[in-house]
Amino acid sequence: MCLGIPGLVEEILNSEPLERSARVRFGGISKEINIAFVPTVAVGDYVIVHVGFAISVINESEAKRVFRYLEEIGDLEDLG
Amino acid sequence: MKYLNEYRGREGIRKIVAELHRTTTRAWTLMEVCGGQTHAIAKYGLQQLLPPEIELLHGPGCPVCVTSLDIIDQAIAIASRPDVIFCSFGDMLRVPGTDRDLLAVKAAGGDVRTVYSPMNALELARTHPDRQVVFFAIGFETTAPANAMAVYQAHRQDVTNFSLLVSQFLVPPAIDTICADADSRVQGFLAAGHVCAITGFEEYLPLANKIRRPIVVTGFEPLDILEGVLMCVRQLEQGKYEVQNQYARAVSSEGNIPAREMLQRVFEISTQSWRGVGNIRSSGLLLRQEFAAFDAGQRFPMDFQVREDTSGCISGRIMQGLSKPDDCPHFGNKCRPQSPLGAPMVSTEGPCAAYYRYGTRPHHNQEPRHEH
Ligand code: SF4
Repeated sequence: MCLGIPGLVEEILNSEPLERSARVRFGGISKEINIAFVPTVAVGDYVIVHVGFAISVINESEAKRVFRYLEEIGDLEDLG
Repeated sequence: MKYLNEYRGREGIRKIVAELHRTTTRAWTLMEVCGGQTHAIAKYGLQQLLPPEIELLHGPGCPVCVTSLDIIDQAIAIASRPDVIFCSFGDMLRVPGTDRDLLAVKAAGGDVRTVYSPMNALELARTHPDRQVVFFAIGFETTAPANAMAVYQAHRQDVTNFSLLVSQFLVPPAIDTICADADSRVQGFLAAGHVCAITGFEEYLPLANKIRRPIVVTGFEPLDILEGVLMCVRQLEQGKYEVQNQYARAVSSEGNIPAREMLQRVFEISTQSWRGVGNIRSSGLLLRQEFAAFDAGQRFPMDFQVREDTSGCISGRIMQGLSKPDDCPHFGNKCRPQSPLGAPMVSTEGPCAAYYRYGTRPHHNQEPRHEH
């Protein structure tokens, strides 16, 4: 139950401060998710969702960091 | 799905694994704290990809597993009341209490419901004003802000037939306790990414210094976990014990401030009892006095006998990294997912369930398993 999953914010549904909610898409399904804890979230952002709440907005440049690092550590051919 | 499939890609995994083999010169034992990470490690066969010198131990981060027997018994007693709708995450229904589980209460006619979010339980309370709705509020720092929000809203909207049976846990004191055990073999930690998405990792800085072991905040995808291991091993090889953040795409040093504020508004830090481990100071979260009216333990007081766990389950040793699931004499014999003796065989995040489902013994030089 503790695993948060990333989803795409498709639409802000309610902007009351404590009841802010959004429609968030996870692969094939979308769900209404409470976004009170991520007040700056916008349509098009990816969020991590846990028990009906978005707990974090994914930082895109950081999301790409691992792949930049992998490019740096070299080609597969070198590795045997 | 963006930010998901990329982190499961075979090529990236091979590169990190190769780097890990280049980096490792001697034996190291690491602990992944979160049950979600344990599940991913078993599912993708990650232990088998590591250099043979590196061993992963499984930590205390499965909320279903650490909830103590007396709270389960209390949940069963409350759920058996005819005036109560008892709401819980699905996994908790099959955790054995002393005599039976919540599923048995449901089969006997109790109104036990599975919910996805504490807000679903609050909604049930609104739509059933004639019933008492009790939510089984388990979890770590990741879940506690959601539980706090449900109470806060109930308070604001004057929903008086709603309460929480609280069993919430904090991770850093558990790490501290594990390291204080003279038998502990843990040399470095992969901290739970989603816990740190809420808390940030500031409080891990003094902790790493105290325990003199590296702590790497780590995500949940195969690439995340392997990179977390690599960062941890690099530190160990260099004799360092710092806090590093592998999961920077979701975790900042200060964490989620609105969530932390909500958590602090509703809950206060308390001593907590961990199943099979016992009491750990400052490792739990209870409702503040101001919100005591929402405490199911106070609303349904009972003359409660704390009973000893006589099942023979060694969950406490497993949660502290002192044993592995297949060290348990009951593993796969008397204890299976269909008929669990202990909580770690129930939850998908439980190490015993993960070992049972995906097989256990490390075989080296395997391809990563791809199930998606
Ligand atoms: S195998 Fe079953 S009895 Fe043994 S530790 Fe795991 S859950 Fe407990």
